[in-house]
Amino acid sequence: MTSPAAAGRVRRLSPRKRAQRIRWVQYAVLVAAVALLIAVADLRQIQKVFFRGDLIVDTLTQGLGRALFNTVIYALGAFVLGLVLGTVLALMRLSSVGPYRWIATVYIEFFRGLPAIIVLLAFGLLPLAFPGLEIPFGIYGTVWSALGIVAAAYMAETIRAGIQAVPKGQVEAARSLGMPAGAATRKIVLPQAFRIVTPPLTNELILVVKDSSLAYIIGLSATSFDLTKYGRDLANTNANLTPLVIAGLCYLLITLPLTFAVRRMEAKSARAR
Amino acid sequence: MTTNPAPTHTTSSDGDAVVVEITDLRKSFGSVEVLTNITTSIKQGEVVCVIGPSGSGKSTLLRCINLLEEPSGGTVLVDGIDVTDPDCDIDRVRSKMGMVFQQFNLFSHLTVLDNCTVAQQVVHKRGKAEAAKIARANLDKVGLAGRTDAFPAQLSGGQQQRVAIARALSMEPELMLFDEPTSALDPELVGEVLAVMRRLASEGMTMIVVTHEMAFAREVADRVIFMDGGVIVEEGHPDRVIGDPQHRRTRTFLKRVLDPTHVDPEIDEDPDGERRSQIKEAELTARAQPHVPDDLKEQRF
Repeated sequence: MTSPAAAGRVRRLSPRKRAQRIRWVQYAVLVAAVALLIAVADLRQIQKVFFRGDLIVDTLTQGLGRALFNTVIYALGAFVLGLVLGTVLALMRLSSVGPYRWIATVYIEFFRGLPAIIVLLAFGLLPLAFPGLEIPFGIYGTVWSALGIVAAAYMAETIRAGIQAVPKGQVEAARSLGMPAGAATRKIVLPQAFRIVTPPLTNELILVVKDSSLAYIIGLSATSFDLTKYGRDLANTNANLTPLVIAGLCYLLITLPLTFAVRRMEAKSARAR
Repeated sequence: MTTNPAPTHTTSSDGDAVVVEITDLRKSFGSVEVLTNITTSIKQGEVVCVIGPSGSGKSTLLRCINLLEEPSGGTVLVDGIDVTDPDCDIDRVRSKMGMVFQQFNLFSHLTVLDNCTVAQQVVHKRGKAEAAKIARANLDKVGLAGRTDAFPAQLSGGQQQRVAIARALSMEPELMLFDEPTSALDPELVGEVLAVMRRLASEGMTMIVVTHEMAFAREVADRVIFMDGGVIVEEGHPDRVIGDPQHRRTRTFLKRVLDPTHVDPEIDEDPDGERRSQIKEAELTARAQPHVPDDLKEQRF
């Protein structure tokens, strides 16, 4: 009953057994690395720099709520603006009217290629170019426009792909019922397109949340601090990283429930596919 | 309200109003001519079945009637309105023509009921309650009164196609176009859809049905049109066209359809085979690509 392979001096392992052994080796290496890290690290020092108790209290009480609120407001405003503008751009890109397509293409390529920070700086300095110009909602309006305009360029491409993914038969059915082109787009195509692109748009929202940390570049007053700026200021004055750790956790506080909510939404709408 | 001439019912010799009048209709996709000088008319209450091999242009003919394809030449009059005229309010004409597609094309994000109300609300400006009442009556008619809250994906193919019929009927059309309505269905689901269509025919609906269901055509149709290679080869009473075809091409086609296991010695030397595959290919490329007839292409917001 000995197979030719087993007849060799060293018994060959079956592929499954071998994969199992390799996995055990990987676990062992991982455990060893963690153990080494703990042994080498000065845990007290780490705790003092990253999680200092009094600084945690300071960070939480000196205006974290306001900063968290600002970050959410910056991101939400920019996202909504980006979504509206992105949808218009996506429809322009798919238009049969040449100039619409060209304008949309130029816009998308231009703003996708620029770092968001440059657009933000430009918007901050816009009143220099247009004396007397005042962006509505002050600093908020400036951040919304700059980040929204950049986000729109990305979202336009996503939404365009979503619109194109809606089967042509859907438009034909709508039009054959006598629905005008605009109504068919609004009632039939866009709702399905947005359902298709919900996951990538969530991604975009998370990117906008994180991009809102660039707002500091246009010079914020204490009441308009976003999370990063708030954490960084406190970290600098105390030469300690604790406030930044708190700020970082706050970002997760925004993005993780968001991901979770969208996942649930998707599961719920899956039956309508 | 509209620049269209008032609908004038042209009258044929025996007194019935003509609903659709097609004259010298031509359609090309690129260099391939898919329809060549089609001339025919459909009277009110008439059930016309269009049969023919794959690649005979029959679907394209149907799609030219409601301008899902833009004809390359000739005229299509619906209720006396020329749909090929750029001044024609095509949305209004379309709202009087229901269309049922091979692939159902139900709005996948809407419930069964909303599928049947959305166009009523947009086009006929009906209130939600009124639209829902009409939709329910039509869903009841196709035997789906109990599934109003389901989404299309939760229904069988046969049920989806019946919803599609109810959706078209909810617009209260004068004419129904069926584009191979049972071709995408599992064999055991074909009957329920044909039953709905049979009932519709018996109620006097004007219907143009592109189909491969010969038994249905023979039983229900007032007239059968056999198309091949983009032309009408013969048309007439089903007993004549299907029962006693005059033309060789009709006979060959019917032999193949009615007895698919029959091995046809002529099959490899079929002189029309190449033309058919050309037409089929042209149709498929035209429909697969984001080529949209100019009318569908217009600015979308």
